[in-house]
Amino acid sequence: MGGFELQGRWQAAAYLAAGSSSFTDFLTMAAPELLPRGQHPSAGEAPDLAHGTTIVAAVCDGGVVMAGDRRATAGNMIAQRDIEKVFRSDEFSCVGISGVAGVGVDLVRLFAVELEHYEKLEGRSLSLEGKANRLAGLVKMNLGGAMQGLVAVPLLAGFDEETGTGRIFSFDVAGGRYEEQRFASIGSGSVFARGSLKKLYRDGMSEADLVLALMQALYDAADDDSATGGPDMSRRIYPVVATVSSDGFHRLTEEEAGGYAETVVTERMQQPDGPAAPLRSGPAKP
Amino acid sequence: MPFGYVSPEQIMKDKADYARRRITQNARSGVVISCEAGILFVTPNSSRALRKFSELYDRIAFAAVGRYNEFEALRKAGVRYADTTGFQYDRRDVTARGLADWYGQVLGSLFTDSQKPYEVEIVVAQVGRTTADDEIYRITFDGAVADEHDFVVVGGQADRVAAVIKEQYSASMALTAAMNVAVESLAGQGDGAAEPLTSSGLEVALLERDRAHRAFRRITGTRLAELLTEARAGVEPPAGSDAADGAPEPGGAGAEPPGDDAAGPVDAG
Repeated sequence: MGGFELQGRWQAAAYLAAGSSSFTDFLTMAAPELLPRGQHPSAGEAPDLAHGTTIVAAVCDGGVVMAGDRRATAGNMIAQRDIEKVFRSDEFSCVGISGVAGVGVDLVRLFAVELEHYEKLEGRSLSLEGKANRLAGLVKMNLGGAMQGLVAVPLLAGFDEETGTGRIFSFDVAGGRYEEQRFASIGSGSVFARGSLKKLYRDGMSEADLVLALMQALYDAADDDSATGGPDMSRRIYPVVATVSSDGFHRLTEEEAGGYAETVVTERMQQPDGPAAPLRSGPAKP
Repeated sequence: MPFGYVSPEQIMKDKADYARRRITQNARSGVVISCEAGILFVTPNSSRALRKFSELYDRIAFAAVGRYNEFEALRKAGVRYADTTGFQYDRRDVTARGLADWYGQVLGSLFTDSQKPYEVEIVVAQVGRTTADDEIYRITFDGAVADEHDFVVVGGQADRVAAVIKEQYSASMALTAAMNVAVESLAGQGDGAAEPLTSSGLEVALLERDRAHRAFRRITGTRLAELLTEARAGVEPPAGSDAADGAPEPGGAGAEPPGDDAAGPVDAG
């Protein structure tokens, strides 16, 4: 081709070429410098970067709920007290991140474009497994960074339109993808949140009950993990809570999330350790 | 190699004649019309899978007529361009004007550099907060970009169809009125003998003005049938046939059913 041509990144040929429906694949070919890559200059210890902390998610009747606290820490400092770590990835899924915030936010941004890009090119959405596999691939791209300490992992929760249920997937830096049953948590406070959920979670919970249970779990995580922030009543900073059901993605408003947080905090004034689970299991249901 | 010298003028003229002739013969017209509810896209298309209208970005849509494989490649290229721009900067930084310019460059260089020009005509439209903010660009096979207002028609019988719309168009008309105008104008494109357009033979989409985030919606199935019925009932007497031969139709935007219905017959797609 002679004469006038668009230069570099905007060259028409790259855009017109028949290719896959993956945005990441396209960027790899046309503009690799835009991709978040796990290639970082190796200069010894990583600086104290902002880290996101605890994310919890659980399946409820007809969907799934995810919640995340609002704290980011850098070393022993609080880097940000109103960071958001739970995001809408498309109409029927959401992603929470923990670990190095910069890496995680980049990952989620790319993932959301990836899903929308496929949807626009193919005229249909990816299956929930397809989304999970794609996210695992994106996490793996950062393996180099993760080996240097820049670790960020997501938690994916979505509504499976084929089965009509909510499902949760967790990931590791090597690209492992694991489907979680009932509930899951990631981040520094995840151990405490998990223990809390173990006692509070019931199968077939309503969405409202589950939001309250997740709020309790985050409170318990904040109670014992210094990097997880509890509800900040004085500044009105509450956990981000997202629900995904057949109606699609919904993020609770500040008022709604505040209402649940208020309930939990008020009750803890009386019982600092929260609701107590019965010592013995009830009679087994038939 | 062809033998002998052919002047550049002749080469360009031949290419343009070829593209124009092919579009006139093969491309059925498509209407893009700005109305109260948003920007409406209507074209005769009996295929349920091969679309002529689609989403490019949050508030921007793509419409094309001509050779399917060629405009489909252009559509995908546009989605890639839009997503790359939005990923690199911000979602707000993807604009219809930027896309139209880019398409102009792409089609322009394809026209000059390749043996065969693309047999397509495309539209890039962006819905605004009011009809006055709507942007509609038409890009032809040679890369010429035109900034259109209110409505645009592309394809074989574009002039004839546009003439019908021009007589009936009024600013900020209701969705049903716009639909009626579009369907009437398109029914008349077949050389006087009006072919009745049914919902199964139409492709309809809407860039919905009041919808947050992604505004593009296809109108299909029963929703489309309802819209078509409402559109015809709103302007014509119930007994009226749908024979439309381009004659001016009395009753403009004033004769519609309440505008609240406008946002109703929209299907997620």
